[in-house]
Order: sequence, then structure tokens, then C-alpha cells
Amino acid sequence: MKKLINDPNDVVPESVEGFVQAHADIVVAGADPELPYIARAGGAVAGKVGLVSGGGSGHEPLHGGFVGVGMLDAAVPGPVFTSPTPDPILAATQAADGGAGVLHIVKNYTGDVLNFETAAELADAEDIPVKAIVVNDDVAVEDSLYTAGRRGVGGTVLLEKIAGASAERGDDLDTVLAVATRVNDNVRSMGVALSACIVPHAGKPSFDLPEDEIEIGIGIHGEPGRRRIKAAPADEITDLLLDPIIEDLGLGSGEDALLFVNGMGGTPSSELYIVYRHARARLEALGVNVTRSLVGNYITSLEMQGASITVLRLDEESTALWDAPVHTAALRWGI
Amino acid sequence: MTGVGIDWALDWVRRSAAVVAERREDLIDLDRLIGDGDHGENLHRGYSAVLGKLDAAEPATVGDVLKLVATTLMSTVGGAAGPLYGTAFLRGAKVADAAEIDAAGVAAVLAAGLEGVVARGKAEVGDKTMVDAWSPAAAAAQQVADRGGSAPEALRAAADAARAGAESTDPLVARKGRASYLGERAIGHRDPGAESSALLLEAAAAAAGS
Repeated sequence: MKKLINDPNDVVPESVEGFVQAHADIVVAGADPELPYIARAGGAVAGKVGLVSGGGSGHEPLHGGFVGVGMLDAAVPGPVFTSPTPDPILAATQAADGGAGVLHIVKNYTGDVLNFETAAELADAEDIPVKAIVVNDDVAVEDSLYTAGRRGVGGTVLLEKIAGASAERGDDLDTVLAVATRVNDNVRSMGVALSACIVPHAGKPSFDLPEDEIEIGIGIHGEPGRRRIKAAPADEITDLLLDPIIEDLGLGSGEDALLFVNGMGGTPSSELYIVYRHARARLEALGVNVTRSLVGNYITSLEMQGASITVLRLDEESTALWDAPVHTAALRWGI
Repeated sequence: MTGVGIDWALDWVRRSAAVVAERREDLIDLDRLIGDGDHGENLHRGYSAVLGKLDAAEPATVGDVLKLVATTLMSTVGGAAGPLYGTAFLRGAKVADAAEIDAAGVAAVLAAGLEGVVARGKAEVGDKTMVDAWSPAAAAAQQVADRGGSAPEALRAAADAARAGAESTDPLVARKGRASYLGERAIGHRDPGAESSALLLEAAAAAAGS
């Protein structure tokens, strides 16, 4: 294993330390190093619904990179690929509470859901109203009845931006939750890995993938995908990811959509644009208007080579919320 | 000896910490195959924290020890295992409010722990989870209690049943947790949570000298 790290145990705290120093105009670290979280510089905004997300580390810039004006109020980085415990989630919830309640944005993984649920109970005992949106946009998980349900992947980024804009314009907690729910209902994703990633404390690849094969339907925690196929040209792989998305979303002619091509951490952006180009052509051939786009490494799986495609059906309101000003370490426009 | 007391509970914690440290890599490898490779690391972190709190603890009941384990695991382990084990030990602590528990007490602790895991994780036997170890363990302890056996005998029976239960997950397709995303590719691999559950219950039996 070759990694730019010191001690595997220090990966998350040292990375967060550097992140907070580099973006001191946007974020601050929680005061207690035993309860690590990243919050907006300047503290909670009075009267605004607070948005808190979090989960295992290793997906950077998610979630810390999305803390700032127009998006999250706090993010809780757990150990690599491991949900944080309830205590730091509670601390972040307290830090994000401006008196209008807090929305937890949780990716649908058993550990994340359990720990955020417990933290929400603790916050409720302190009279902070908390609601949660569980993001589950991954169409790779086919049979929801017999699995832990669809995972939360690329759609999380878009949801954090749009729900963040809703909170920023002064919507109350129920309205922000409704906006977030509508995003979750209208977004689908699917990913592919060309190589596995190496979790620092494990020291070896998260799964063994032969040189000439790829994993279709991967999640973002180095877990293997649904099936393994021979490597293929980018357009063919793009079709394999996009077909189930289009089908599941029921996208039709005349609809507007946001197309998000995301790198898993180890893919050059030139390759992401190759995927984007074909995905866009496919959507346009269906009569779908790709009115907004995002291309880059936003929700990653350490150094994994690969990509995910996310399509969000847009309406007038979600388009306006997407366009609203945002100032975070990883996304910035309008400010 | 027909019952087990606070010394047993403390020894169980120490033996659990030792076996989790010893088998850390094995649990990571199991989890790497059908999960995300953090189970051994997380449990090791949790039990190291429990050990650190043990010397300062002044337990008056078996339940006090189990509660210390519960709260520490809940706040240090993370992932799914933290809340699941934390809830199991917390529910177990509530029914062990005595300086010594007999076979029926052991069975009650395991039954309460199982109920906690099921309440949080919503898994059933056969879903390829911790429940596949806990459920037969609780039933085996109850059988020993019903025929008038001792607490160490109940713990031994529970450990053996948990071990068999963990092994029974090998051929299963997972229906809960991260392995459920793999479909049939999870077949042939043991569930890491069932394995760690068997290890912990074996430590409980060893601490009772059975």
C-alpha cells in the first residue's frame, strides 16, 4: 500500500485539520476533538433550518466540502467508510441549530441510519426538533424488499445543494424536508469501478478485480458491485449505467434534467467528460433537456477508479434552488 | 458454581477485548469480502475503549458492567455494529440488575440482547446477520435454564449455539446490511457480525470456566 498518510489512525483527524485550516473563511472545526464535526464559520444562522449531514470518511469532498452558505450547516466525518457515532452527530446538530430545527441528511446505509436515528432521539430530548431525509438513489440495488434498500450515492450532493438553498431562503423545517423529499424522489444514480480502493487501516484493496474486468453497480464504500464484466469502451459502460436510471426514473420527452457525472476519486476528469458527452447525447435523443450539469469528483471512494452517473428530474423550483448562490469549499457560484 | 457474578462480567469484558484484538484482521477480512472491511477495526476500537474505562468502574451489579460496555460501544464503534451491540448490551443490562445471575438470568440477558438487536436492525433469522448467532444462543441458554442447569452451562450452550449459528450464515444470501447489495455473491462467506457475536459469547463461556 502506498498512501500519502502518516498513521492510518490519524488519517481523518489530520485531513480534517488541514481542511479546516485551508478553508478558514468558510468552516470551523468542532471545539471538542473527541466529537469531531465541521461547521459553518460564524456559527448557526438564527431562524434558519440547520442542515447536518455526515457519514464515513473517504468520500471527500462529501460532506465537509459542502458546508457553507447555501448548503450544509455542519458535517460529521466518521472513520473511513464507517458511520460516526451518535455523540458527534448530536454535537453537530446543536451547532447547526438556529432555533428553527435541524434536517439530518442521511445516506441509506444501515450504520448511518441507526446512528443518526439515535442522535435525533438525543437531540429531541434537548428540545431540538430534528427531521431526517434518507437518500436512496442507487438503482444498482435491484430488489429493495430483500436488501437494506437502495444506497444513498451521487444524489446526496444534489439534494444537499437544493435543500440547502431552500433552508437559506427561509423555508421552515417541514418545507425543507418536502423539498429534500422531492429531490430524493426524482433522482437516480449508478456507478462503475475500474479498480478497487484501499482502506488505510485494512491496507489492501477492498475487493480483487482482475486487470481486464470492471464492477458494475458499485457503492461508495469499496464494496463490490452487483456484477462483474469485461472492460468495455466508455460509451458501452455509460449505456450500462444510464439505461437503468432512465427506466427507473421514467424520464420522458420534454422533461428537464440535471446530469451529474461523478468521479470516484481516481479517474481523470477527461474521462468523466467522455462519459458525460455520451450520457447527454442519450438523454437528448430521448427528448430530455439537459438544462443543468455537474462533472467532477464530488462523492468519492478514496482512490477508486470509476464513475457514477446521476440524473435528477428538474422543475422550475428545483432549478431555481440549484442556481441559488452557494459558497462551500467544493461548490461555489453566485457569491 | 451455579451463578455468575460481577467478576465473571469483568472477565468477560477482558476476554472479549483480547479476542477482538487477536481476531481483528480476520474480522476485517470477512467484512472486506462482503461488506466494507471495517468491522474488526471498529470493534477493536470499541473494546479498547471499554478496557480503558474498566479500572475506574465500581460496578455493583452484573448489569452495571454490561451498561458500561453498552454505552462505550455505542459512542466509539460507529457503523451498524455500534448501535446494534450497544443496544444489545443495554437491554441485557436492564435485566441483570443483581450481583449474581443464574442460568435463567443468563437466558434473560441473551433474550433481551436479541430483542434489542432485532428492534434496531429489523433482521430475522436467515438474513445473514448477528441475529443468526444471537437467536440460537438465547434459545440454547433458555433450554439449560429450563432443565435446571447452571449459569456456566447456559453460557457454554449459548456459545456453542452461536458458533453453529455463525457457521450457518456461510451459504446464505444476505437480506440486511451491506452484504445484501451483493445478492448471490455473498454466498460462501460468513457474516462478520455473526462471527464476532460467536467470538464474544465464546468469551463469556470461557470467563465462566465452561
